[in-house]
Amino acid sequence: MSAVTLEAPAAEKEMLISGCAAIAQALRLASIDVVTAYPIRPYDTVMQAVAKLIANGELDADYIVASSEHDQFEIVKHASAVGARVFCGSSGVGWMYAMEALAVTPALRLPLLALVGNRALDDPGAFGCEHNDALCVRDLGWMLTWVDTAQEALDTALIAYRVAEDPRIFLPCAIGADGAFLTHSEALVKVPSQDQVDRFLPKYNRGDKVLHPDNPITIAPQANEDWVMEIRKQNDEAMRRARGVIQEAYADFQQVFGRHGENPFVEEYLTGDADVILVGQGTLSLSVKVGVRKMRQQGHKVGFLRLKWFRPFPMPELQKALARAKAIGVVDRDYSFGSPNHAGVLYSEVRSALYDLGHRPAVVGFISGLGGREVSLDNVTEMSEILLKTARTGRLEQPNYWIGVRG
Amino acid sequence: MPTELTVLPTQNLAPFKGVKKLTIEEYYTSGHRTCQGCESALVMKLMVKAAGPRTIVLGSTGCMYVANTTYYSTSWVVPWMHTQLGASGSAAVGTAAGLRALMRKGRIRQEPINVISFCGDGGGADMGLSSISAALTYPEYNFLILMYDNESYANTDIQLSSMTPYGANTTFSPPGKARRLLHTRWKKNVAGMLAAGHPECKYVATVCASYALQMMNRVRRGLSIGGPSFIHSLDPCPKGWDYDPMFSHELGEVAVETGVWPLFEVENHVLSFYGKSKAIAQGKKRKSVREYLLKQGRFAHFTDEDIAYFQKKIDEMWNRWLIPGVCAFDLADDIKKGLAKSEVEMGTAA
Repeated sequence: MSAVTLEAPAAEKEMLISGCAAIAQALRLASIDVVTAYPIRPYDTVMQAVAKLIANGELDADYIVASSEHDQFEIVKHASAVGARVFCGSSGVGWMYAMEALAVTPALRLPLLALVGNRALDDPGAFGCEHNDALCVRDLGWMLTWVDTAQEALDTALIAYRVAEDPRIFLPCAIGADGAFLTHSEALVKVPSQDQVDRFLPKYNRGDKVLHPDNPITIAPQANEDWVMEIRKQNDEAMRRARGVIQEAYADFQQVFGRHGENPFVEEYLTGDADVILVGQGTLSLSVKVGVRKMRQQGHKVGFLRLKWFRPFPMPELQKALARAKAIGVVDRDYSFGSPNHAGVLYSEVRSALYDLGHRPAVVGFISGLGGREVSLDNVTEMSEILLKTARTGRLEQPNYWIGVRG
Repeated sequence: MPTELTVLPTQNLAPFKGVKKLTIEEYYTSGHRTCQGCESALVMKLMVKAAGPRTIVLGSTGCMYVANTTYYSTSWVVPWMHTQLGASGSAAVGTAAGLRALMRKGRIRQEPINVISFCGDGGGADMGLSSISAALTYPEYNFLILMYDNESYANTDIQLSSMTPYGANTTFSPPGKARRLLHTRWKKNVAGMLAAGHPECKYVATVCASYALQMMNRVRRGLSIGGPSFIHSLDPCPKGWDYDPMFSHELGEVAVETGVWPLFEVENHVLSFYGKSKAIAQGKKRKSVREYLLKQGRFAHFTDEDIAYFQKKIDEMWNRWLIPGVCAFDLADDIKKGLAKSEVEMGTAA
């Protein structure tokens, strides 16, 4: 390592690629060892890109086309146990088909990286984006992040390996990428050099937890009531530590690549003086930001906060950013039938995070953009106006709205 | 051969020449809490003794998981990892793939490491069949999948599986006043199905631990042949089959002698019968299934009619199947007269 400069932008190369292709570039740079594919739209374009990299000799990995999502996730789970860096992914009901494997992977402390190309859970048939697929692992010990751009997808994949494979963590991480909006949309992406990535991302070393004849351990025995609680507590402690490790990783990433110096957990957009703030995750930020600017032009102090990490949940950032506002609107691209106020998953999480504040802003839930429907500019205007009215009157007329729905 | 299909070296495990030539070391030892007379525990012990110390064992959910790996008292001397009920095939593939990738990249020493993934009949013949079938199509990975078939979900209190014999009394098929037989499906033929349907798999065998040396040598063959292999073991289960634990060994023998359990192996695409099954295939008389059925409480409700039906099905297997114990069908008469070698028509491609 001769270079002493903090960054080497000349070594980067710009490519016009989709979110999935950007992640495939990250996998090449991370020199993954084992990857398993199974088709379901929209995540599977990442595997098509991986297959090309393998076929062209740009990536040296054991590339396995599996026979189901359950097989797919079990195969990489076991490859990870012997010390291989692994990647997998799925969408919608495919992710649900793998659910058993998804449930045990964090308990086994295996740092699998997965892409969830967010998709509605058909039936009824729908390829479009919804977040309920990835969210179903939210309680199980998976780290969860949602990305907004192809660049962020690539960068987050590298950061996720670094965090997941940190011996203080050893937890799997899933990257949520909105189906079609991100998985298939092309954008200019800065693809780092191998040298940069090698400086940022150490090799996966499982240490004394590796499964190998030189290290004859028994993994996942019958623990039952004697030990399961202690083992669950260790998972909890790892997830608690993840916050600090993520911060370290972003700081180092900024040193090496010159990007992501801002807060790792949330992106704030005109929140500083905002009376009302919309909160959401993923690609809806595009129309929301345009909508926010439009409202600002009309003199309304509207802001937007995008969650980049969902697990660990960025509670301090949310409390800090939202405490001053009068009304908060949580835009859920998901649903949680029968939950408090019959709202979405994100709504309940945000509302819970604000409960301990001395001054609690009103929180309104918006269910929007299901099944791949766009969260349009008109929708953003409508949501902003509901929030502004709530702020003005100080009265929460209705806790939850379905936005942009007929009938 | 393209480089990506290169199979890592396997161990060359020569057959044990006799009981007195066995290695002394044990790799499945104390610490387990299987039932008295548990034949599957013996299968585990023999399986890993045959494989030796450079072995990784993966165990899917079932008796041999729950009873063998109580936290802090594991019975495994070699590295062992649990896998999900339906994932024995995937566990084998994933482990072998991880090892191969790391060896190719120079991250771990290149050496033959045995990968053995076991499952019970529930995990193998029911839930995990698709995963095993998929696993047997990857010629580039070396592993052995061993299904210990005790003919029920024994760990969860003896519920019937697709491997439970016709008519047997299980907690999901108790004989009652209105219906004597609640379970009227015939047992699946897993070894035959896997041998017949997986052209890349070079070794499939059936075994019975009553013939310990034969069983161990089949394990050694499966591990040495290169690529994926499969072994199906019939394991008498005192609790599930309802007999005195002292008769486990004898019941395995009777299963073979009555022709209920044919011992065969398909090695490099050639089928042969071995042990007592070889003599049966060559015309030696089988014992009556009555002798097998009446030793087990799970058939205590059988009438003479039921026994006759069972005998008829076993007779069919030996006399009507194209290959006894392997192919559950026969040839049509016009084909029987002679199967000519099929050849490609010449000169049409131009």
